[in-house]
Amino acid sequence: MDKLTLVQAVNRALQLSMQEDPDVILLGQDIGKSGGVFRATEGLMEKFGVDRVMDTPLAESAIVGCAVGMALYGLKPVAEMQFSGFAYQAFHQIEQHVSRYRNRTRGEYPLPMVIRMPYGGGVRAFEHHSESREAYYVHTPGLKVVVPSTPSDALGLLRAAIRDPDPVIFMEPKKIYRSLKEEIPGDGPIHRLGEAKVVRPGEQLTLISYGAMMPVTLDAAAQMGADYSIEVIDLRTLKPLDEASLVASVQKTGRAVVVHEAPRTLGMGAEISALLMEKALLSLKAPVARVTGYDVQMPYYQLENHYLPSVARVVQALRDTLSY
Amino acid sequence: MPRRILESFEVSNLSILDPEGRADPQLEPSLPTAKLKQIFEDMLLLREFDVRAIAMQRQGRMGTYAPSTGQEAVQIAAGAALNPTDWVVPSFREQGLLLSRGVKASTMFLFFMGSEEGNRLPRKLRSLPYCVPCATQVLHAVGIGMAAKLKKDPVAVATFFGDGATSEGDFHEALNFAAVYQSPNVFLCQNNQWAISTPRSAQTRSATLAQKAIAYGFSGLQVDGNDVLAVYSAVDAAAKRAREGGGPSLLECMTYRLGVHTTSDDPGRYRPATELEAWIPKDPIDRFEKYLLAKGLLQSDDRARLTAEIGDRLKAAATEAEEICRNLTPDEMFTYMYADIPDFLRPQREEVLAQSIAIDGDGRAHG
Repeated sequence: MDKLTLVQAVNRALQLSMQEDPDVILLGQDIGKSGGVFRATEGLMEKFGVDRVMDTPLAESAIVGCAVGMALYGLKPVAEMQFSGFAYQAFHQIEQHVSRYRNRTRGEYPLPMVIRMPYGGGVRAFEHHSESREAYYVHTPGLKVVVPSTPSDALGLLRAAIRDPDPVIFMEPKKIYRSLKEEIPGDGPIHRLGEAKVVRPGEQLTLISYGAMMPVTLDAAAQMGADYSIEVIDLRTLKPLDEASLVASVQKTGRAVVVHEAPRTLGMGAEISALLMEKALLSLKAPVARVTGYDVQMPYYQLENHYLPSVARVVQALRDTLSY
Repeated sequence: MPRRILESFEVSNLSILDPEGRADPQLEPSLPTAKLKQIFEDMLLLREFDVRAIAMQRQGRMGTYAPSTGQEAVQIAAGAALNPTDWVVPSFREQGLLLSRGVKASTMFLFFMGSEEGNRLPRKLRSLPYCVPCATQVLHAVGIGMAAKLKKDPVAVATFFGDGATSEGDFHEALNFAAVYQSPNVFLCQNNQWAISTPRSAQTRSATLAQKAIAYGFSGLQVDGNDVLAVYSAVDAAAKRAREGGGPSLLECMTYRLGVHTTSDDPGRYRPATELEAWIPKDPIDRFEKYLLAKGLLQSDDRARLTAEIGDRLKAAATEAEEICRNLTPDEMFTYMYADIPDFLRPQREEVLAQSIAIDGDGRAHG
């Protein structure tokens, strides 16, 4: 049985998807010969050839715009943005076309395509290499947005994203690309998009997060010790959000804390807080707390650990919410 | 080391019909009579479509409309030079092209009447719907071309855009990708000299738009865009080259927007009347009519008769489009968002239905 890191699981998912469907093709900068700056596509050009693993010129809009054309033709392109911080050069293509084509053509031209992008801080990177801007994509009707936090979820969710009939923004938590290895039997799972996962059951508080903040969140839950029963939920898919799981958990626990590294204003925490107010108000024993990045530009890496939610900040929010 | 010339370039212009409709015998393409007549009818259809659409816009029966008057030759001749198996990727001023590809006139009206039903173009037509954001569609055409090449399908992919679009980044990224991947693309610029109020001279310092292809490593040709035969020949050659693996081409078709940018625009604010007057004698339909009359393929009263017949057809198509608008239901805005309606959208769909029943009594949207 293979033990894979998250980035190796991404690679495995791409390989399996390309093996089972000849219409799956990859395009992006430095993904072929170099295997991608994070090696997510390592070995795939050798295996599938330059026609199916395309090293493109340096132009994000063209990568996404051409992927739109390929999907219109009937292929299933998986485009890589080298870093999410450069996806803005393609943002107009995502907003004006990727998200709209199925609806605007009344279903005549669906766009089955995936845009992968590593996101998030904590890797001491250059400017524009550390942001967490998933809210832009979640806000855009017509997209699905997926963020895995474990190797087996990365594999199962990416395979599902590539099989999905609609466009999926697949955001990869680069800080934890290699931080843990997981045994994945056989070809691994194929998940369903839109399903959150209870990774630790509990009774007193629901602690919600996703992506690279999951290890921080789990550490915080563990630090609370055996006296507190914390339920931890990994969202995995940000859109469509698994509302039913969140509501059911909070109806049981009566308390919720949401953790994300993206800025606070109009982030997932805001959405989840509104959802719980609408659907679980009478169960709530405390305000829904948010532990998030601040509403500032992501600082350069000297200060990034002050910006990113820490275990201590999450623990404090848990204590405050439990003792409210 | 002395300075050496590494490469030198030239840009040509192709024109076949003179203003009196006489063809250069060396360059005149040999087209079957039926095809020549079809091109003429399709040009009349496009002009009459403008007449009807502008009238309906004035009557409040249609929203903002972008007419093509003066630009009929580019769209119709280009469409005629393409095969049904080729793809076309338009901007927002190619009504005539889409009609000639088999899109129903009622569908074309629906786009301007404010319904997505105007984009429901059957896949088998290989014709994408309108694209409003300038030059973004040019990349889609390249992606289609790359996909076709990957599948070894011998098709050409023609995409249309205006002179203003050549200043957009997507235009340049598209030409670069097409050259790098040698995709089977025909880039067709309808240079109508004005991007709303910005004249071609203020758009770029390049002497021609055709020459922009040279920087990307393929050829560009300037074509008299009001000359049906020149556009047909240029597109025919470029499409053949594309299908045979010869890579992309850029065609700059010199034409003129005789009317408004859209019905919300007033060219009198920025465009000298003398310029418009100078272009009126170059009207592409008049020129082609003279050519066909001289060849004996057309009688002098044919144009009026055909125009009247087309007018009746368009009137019926407009009525059909209005009937479709009256029957739209508000839940359609949810139906096509995803392959399956996600759970979070269902209550919102119920909400809009309940709300409009309260407003309209019959659950239907306003016509």
